[in-house]
Amino acid sequence: MSVNLDNWEAVIGLEIHVQLSTKSKLFSGASTDFGALPNTQACNIDLALPGVLPVLNEEVLKMAIKLGKALNAEINSPTSFARKNYFYPDSPKGYQISQMDKPIVETGYLDIETEEGKKRIGVTRAHLEEDAGKSLHDDFEGQSGIDLNRAGTPLLEIVSEPEINSPQEAVAYLKSIHSIIRYLDISDGNMAEGSMRCDANVSVRKKGEKDLGIRTETKNVNSFRFVEKAIQYEIERQIHEIESGNKITQETRLYDSQTNTTRPMRSKEFANDYRYFPEPDLLPINLDKSFIDEVMATMPEMPSEKKERFISEFGLSAYDAELLAADKDLADFFEDVNAVSKSPKLSANWIMGELSAELNNENLTIRESKVTSNKLGQLILRIEDGTISGKIAKEIFEKLWSSDNEVDEIIQSEGLEQVTDDKEIESMIDEVINSNPEQLEQYRSGKDRLFGFFVGQVMKASQGKANPKQVNDILRKKLEK
Amino acid sequence: MSLSDQELKEIAYLARINVKDESLSALKVELEEILKLFEELNEADTSEVDAMSHPLDLSQPVRKDEVTEKNEREELLKNAPSAKSGLFLVPKVIEGEG
Repeated sequence: MSVNLDNWEAVIGLEIHVQLSTKSKLFSGASTDFGALPNTQACNIDLALPGVLPVLNEEVLKMAIKLGKALNAEINSPTSFARKNYFYPDSPKGYQISQMDKPIVETGYLDIETEEGKKRIGVTRAHLEEDAGKSLHDDFEGQSGIDLNRAGTPLLEIVSEPEINSPQEAVAYLKSIHSIIRYLDISDGNMAEGSMRCDANVSVRKKGEKDLGIRTETKNVNSFRFVEKAIQYEIERQIHEIESGNKITQETRLYDSQTNTTRPMRSKEFANDYRYFPEPDLLPINLDKSFIDEVMATMPEMPSEKKERFISEFGLSAYDAELLAADKDLADFFEDVNAVSKSPKLSANWIMGELSAELNNENLTIRESKVTSNKLGQLILRIEDGTISGKIAKEIFEKLWSSDNEVDEIIQSEGLEQVTDDKEIESMIDEVINSNPEQLEQYRSGKDRLFGFFVGQVMKASQGKANPKQVNDILRKKLEK
Repeated sequence: MSLSDQELKEIAYLARINVKDESLSALKVELEEILKLFEELNEADTSEVDAMSHPLDLSQPVRKDEVTEKNEREELLKNAPSAKSGLFLVPKVIEGEG
């Protein structure tokens, strides 16, 4: 399928479901831990037994308020719940408690970085709702098995304005939301496990047209890369359909990562009609100013603020600051390293260089690093105070990675201290010069680039321990004689 | 307000009520009577009244985020017509629903 994208514009809106990392469920005291045996975390409220009533978890309000603040949005008070009515076996009540008219978060925005610079994406709303259980379709003699452990787990659905115009922008927006929820520590954001799920509303129109095209909703996209691919596919499919004289059907489609295509979900006999109405089992919730203020006081520094601080306080480049600040764990690690090393630039270089390379090699996260922030800080400190050279530091880093030894232990036990004594360096240089008379002759007759040869020989003679700057200075003087 | 057979069937489908064709005409009369009552309510002028989503002028009480429920799976599964391997069993349904 090849289409000419030039005359077309894509209009994309994302609905992101974020599973909130509370200990207990939205309306019951059942645990939300992932991976428990089926139905061991589903209580009578989650099962919708007759006579039970939902009781709201206060923590979700705090989490939603934090997100609202991070998205520069309004917090609605009162905010209220509504019933969304539909039948599905993994939703035992026959309805989902969600929010309709008064979502807790409304009208915000998020700035994303694009190739053309900063772009503002409007956030329509973010509302609280309960997750459904899971249906297992195999091995039950023609029946489906239902596990309701997930039923009632709190979700925050974040709905963007249709202001995203490319798959790349969609991923930038999604990553930015991911970074924010990790910073706020309101969700683990694990897309593979379903703690963050993304549905994409996509339509296309001829460039310059005002009216929106007919949109499709693509579900089932569980990684950043797949979001980009699914949207790209859907844009090209729609353009191809229209250019072939067909019409787009408004429908829900599923993304298949194996084939990198989307396909329509089985259409229903009748259109869905959720018949929302105010939830009679829950009163509207007044969010006092004092409550909101209390929550605001616990707001952490956000990625964009941290980036600016890394630039102003530590003198990092915008690029380094952006990279470190995008991931809270990485940013924390950097600050811990720097607290010991007192050398921000070198700390940033080591984290994004040697350390990241090792982590990638072994597929570890920064939290699983085999070299602690304290040890890396110590190592950098020893480079800064001249005890070891940068080259030796790399060797020590390898040893730190594969053992439990301390930095100073390794330096002492292996005699790796940098040689900074002028006399000692001089004698090494003399030896090198004396044993290479030919090269000396050539150098003195104008072959300048042999300087590097001598530096190399001296460093080799010192087993990499001579201070390179001193070697340079002394060597230059001796050779010029 | 009068209802068509098609509308009646759709309402019944949404509520998962199996309505036989022969009972449609009787149901139609009853439902139209109910709708008439709502039309009467609609005549009241509410332009000056704020929408009310709940009759009690109270705010929802909340609970602390604590796990208070124990695993009662075996007890709860006993209520189900059919269960196996800790799962509730239901007629097979394969249809994506969000």
